[in-house]
Amino acid sequence: MSMLAAGTAAPEFTLHSTPDQTVALKEFRGRNVILAFYPADWSPVCSDQLALYNELLDEFARFNAQLLAISVDGVWSHAALARERKYHFPLLSDFEPKGRVARAYGVYDEQHGLAQRALFVIDGDGVIRWSYLSPMGVNPGAAGIVKALEALPSNNIQKALDAPDADARGTA
Amino acid sequence: MISEEAVLAVPVSARDHIQGTPHAVVTLVEYGDFQCPACGGAYPLVKQIQHRYAGNLRFVFRHFPLSQAHPYAQLAAELAEAAAVDGRFWAMHDWLYENQAAWAPRGAAGLETGVRALGLDEAAIAATLRNPDIDARIRGDFMGGVRSGVNGTPSFYVNGYLYQGDFDSLVHAIGRVIARQQ
Repeated sequence: MSMLAAGTAAPEFTLHSTPDQTVALKEFRGRNVILAFYPADWSPVCSDQLALYNELLDEFARFNAQLLAISVDGVWSHAALARERKYHFPLLSDFEPKGRVARAYGVYDEQHGLAQRALFVIDGDGVIRWSYLSPMGVNPGAAGIVKALEALPSNNIQKALDAPDADARGTA
Repeated sequence: MISEEAVLAVPVSARDHIQGTPHAVVTLVEYGDFQCPACGGAYPLVKQIQHRYAGNLRFVFRHFPLSQAHPYAQLAAELAEAAAVDGRFWAMHDWLYENQAAWAPRGAAGLETGVRALGLDEAAIAATLRNPDIDARIRGDFMGGVRSGVNGTPSFYVNGYLYQGDFDSLVHAIGRVIARQQ
């Protein structure tokens, strides 16, 4: 199965973020969600995709977006990684049954038993608005995410509300 | 390999920190973090490239501090900008990378060593650091980098295109661009 494309309803899921907490996609209705599937915890830090996103949480919040990162690693690995790298967003554990959510989004690498490096931007109605599959070893950065968030209709409206000056001048 | 996909979103302008001639054949832009060990490792390579292609190369440094990973990267970037007010940006840039292993473990106290080493006025630097324009400039560099596809540090752009490869080969990639344009 290939990766789910823009316009598709995002498959629901509930996954553990810590040993005693779960996160469900439907909790984020009305907000935008960035889903970042990644192959494994503990990649080198200077080139770390998640370290970059960790610096952009305020920027994502401006677009009413929550970042959720997903790998097949277990909750204890996630907990140690989040503590060590000071991540301030949930790391979800697609651990049991392994890779079920990655499969539902069409981004599970059967050969290696890992989630592929894939990004989805999901709108407040739970519809995928943008998706991107990066080659396994290539850190995709965040340019595509920022562009996709800017293009969401809700954020276009927000921009219009934030910048009423042009219209106000026209009618004054 | 020079990627055609990730393109510098913010053109080089007079507001940048620039070394070398404006008429250079190659413009090399680095997005860097002063506390990042990989950037520290790339620093002597950049110096070699600047030396080797002097006259053909213009070098631009932009800030990309990964503050959660490197807790003093932001302060180091602010310090470089405060030094820039005195026309000493490059002196501070060089000091921060040449002494990274010594100052980084000591944090703010380690950075104060740099202020003294460069003979900067400590009170003036402290006052400049409180100027919100400094934060805004660093954030501006950072977001420009994000939009350009910077995915980690250091990231290099050769004539506007992201360089993807090991840093030892960067010198050859630049050499080929110069050879093609002469």
